[in-house]
Amino acid sequence: MAKKKFVVGCFKDEDILFPAVKKVRVAGYKIHDVYTPFPLHGLDHAMGLRETSLHTAGFIYGITGTTTAISCISWILTKDWPLNFGGKPHFSLPAWIPIIFELTVLFSAVGMVITFCYLCQMAPFLKKHVFHPRSTDDTFVMVIECTTKTNVEDLKGFLASAGANEINVQEAEPGWWLGTYDKEQQLIKETAVSVA
Amino acid sequence: MSLKYESQLREPLVYGSKDYHQVTEDICRPIEVKPSKLWYIGFFIAVALLMFGSYSVFSEVTYGVGQWNLNKTVGWGWDITNFVWWVGIGHAGTLISAILLLFRQGWRTGVNRAAEAMTIFAVMCAGQFPIWHMGRVWMAFFVMPYPNTRGPLWVNFNSPLLWDVFAISTYFTVSLLFWYSGLLPDFATVRDRAKTKLRKKLYGIASFGWSGSTKHWQRQESLALVLAGLATPLVLSVHTIVSFDFATSVIPGWHTTIFPPYFVAGAIFSGFAMVQTLMLVLRKVYSLEDYITLGHIEAMNKVIVLTGSIVGCAYLTELFMAWYSQNKYEGYAFWYSRANLFSPYGWAYWAMMSCNVISPQIFWFRKMRRNIFVTFFMSIIVNVGMWFERFVIIVTSLYRDYLPSSWSVYYSPSIWEIGFYLGTFGLFFTCFFLFSKYFPVIAIAEIKHVLKTTGESYKENVGHIEEKEVEEFVHEYAHAH
Repeated sequence: MAKKKFVVGCFKDEDILFPAVKKVRVAGYKIHDVYTPFPLHGLDHAMGLRETSLHTAGFIYGITGTTTAISCISWILTKDWPLNFGGKPHFSLPAWIPIIFELTVLFSAVGMVITFCYLCQMAPFLKKHVFHPRSTDDTFVMVIECTTKTNVEDLKGFLASAGANEINVQEAEPGWWLGTYDKEQQLIKETAVSVA
Repeated sequence: MSLKYESQLREPLVYGSKDYHQVTEDICRPIEVKPSKLWYIGFFIAVALLMFGSYSVFSEVTYGVGQWNLNKTVGWGWDITNFVWWVGIGHAGTLISAILLLFRQGWRTGVNRAAEAMTIFAVMCAGQFPIWHMGRVWMAFFVMPYPNTRGPLWVNFNSPLLWDVFAISTYFTVSLLFWYSGLLPDFATVRDRAKTKLRKKLYGIASFGWSGSTKHWQRQESLALVLAGLATPLVLSVHTIVSFDFATSVIPGWHTTIFPPYFVAGAIFSGFAMVQTLMLVLRKVYSLEDYITLGHIEAMNKVIVLTGSIVGCAYLTELFMAWYSQNKYEGYAFWYSRANLFSPYGWAYWAMMSCNVISPQIFWFRKMRRNIFVTFFMSIIVNVGMWFERFVIIVTSLYRDYLPSSWSVYYSPSIWEIGFYLGTFGLFFTCFFLFSKYFPVIAIAEIKHVLKTTGESYKENVGHIEEKEVEEFVHEYAHAH
């Protein structure tokens, strides 16, 4: 993926960030992402993000687990290897409930976590660009993607007026790539301020 | 923009006027500095115990289960006692993280990370016992349902012991996923603060490339909530199923319908006691008194007195039913073998009664709930008591069966059986020492999330506003937002 140019505004407090996000959106800038050190409830709505469907996926995985358990056990105990346990019926559903339940939970949990990692594109040895080293500590980082029409100076001024205490321009790869964090960031470059 | 309003009457969950950076500093410090001498001493004791345990297990595998002094009626002794005890300990972690998350209990944030770690290590210890008890442990894969080449012969899906296999392995997997998905953001915090290349690399790998994007947080919170929703019935199911190991049999003293809720309550009881033991040490050693406060300790002591009383009710119900049903075998098991102080195992029953039912009642007093020394002492007492509970259930029902000619005189464990138990302590504490050195022991992001609503400085400000007239408050609030 090609490198892109971003204007990065850092905020010290979420109380300043929230109105700033609204202002930036009203002004028509495209927010690439906002990086926060902890979950801010309502920020996704403020940014206009869609609700996640992860829980729906979890439900589907759960149902898959239930079906797998019921079909496997009933096939095994009634068809493939029917054993006589004290004259009880081969299809003894109540005795299978513990395993059906456990497999439902297992499928749902494992499936959801894998889906979560896939959607967020996260895995060991995957690396993403860090726009600000303190975005996982105490800084709220709003990253705005520059288009051909963006006036960087205007945008910086606008972010400053919205309350950003630190503003810079970065050129970075917005996706992920294989790598570790022990090397200097190769894909980042402070660029001289220019009108794009 | 605080979306949550909390009354000033509630104690702050985080003491001191902290800002976000201070929280990061406080919690990351133990990871970034060299461990203390005390840590090394503790770690080496734990490793030594683990070595002794490993040798005990080696001896048992070499010479057979005969090494364990089990006899003709007591086929389950210390091993299954320890299995149930460790599984029980594992329950508090998921309870704190899942059930209290669903109930929106803010105080869980200070203790959930370490409690979840405790769960994982405890379940690892628990799993050892049934596996090594198999004797021919190289055949352990037989418990897995797979179409094998002998028939095809399948495992028995109607057996509570197979339910256990599914329950424990599912519980371990889900707890691990829940714990690790919560750790990702905190690993990223440590990664971004790391000074050396090696630390950057290792924490970079561990953090899966977490960036703190809003979309990621949204998904992560959704994941945590659904996993909590799944883990809540899972916690209850696991110990229910462990109790089925006993309750579905026909042994007097075992086949009682009260077992599932009684085992679950007992598990939470012993689990919280272990959390207390670990938290009291952790907060002292790493100076985390501002995050694991007296309020947290008091809240956990309330859970201990509640679950201890539930367990007490269960003991009394069992005694009552043994008499009321007029079943002579039940009467013998409960009234002769257990409650009678002068029977061979009467001492164990009354040790259990005094540790689990009588002594926790001290926590009805607020002063005692908030006393560190009393809490620490009681946490040990409760764990001893809960070990005796499992011992009493297993051994007193087994040592005299329906056939007096096969009655065993007395069951006492061999050094290798004790060594195995000590070895699991070694495993548990080795893991816990490593965890406390290399992992953030408190969920950094979660503390930051509640900091503004429940931190001490916030409470002071809210108290100031609340004294104003309602109209004035509403007016100010509307202008501020």
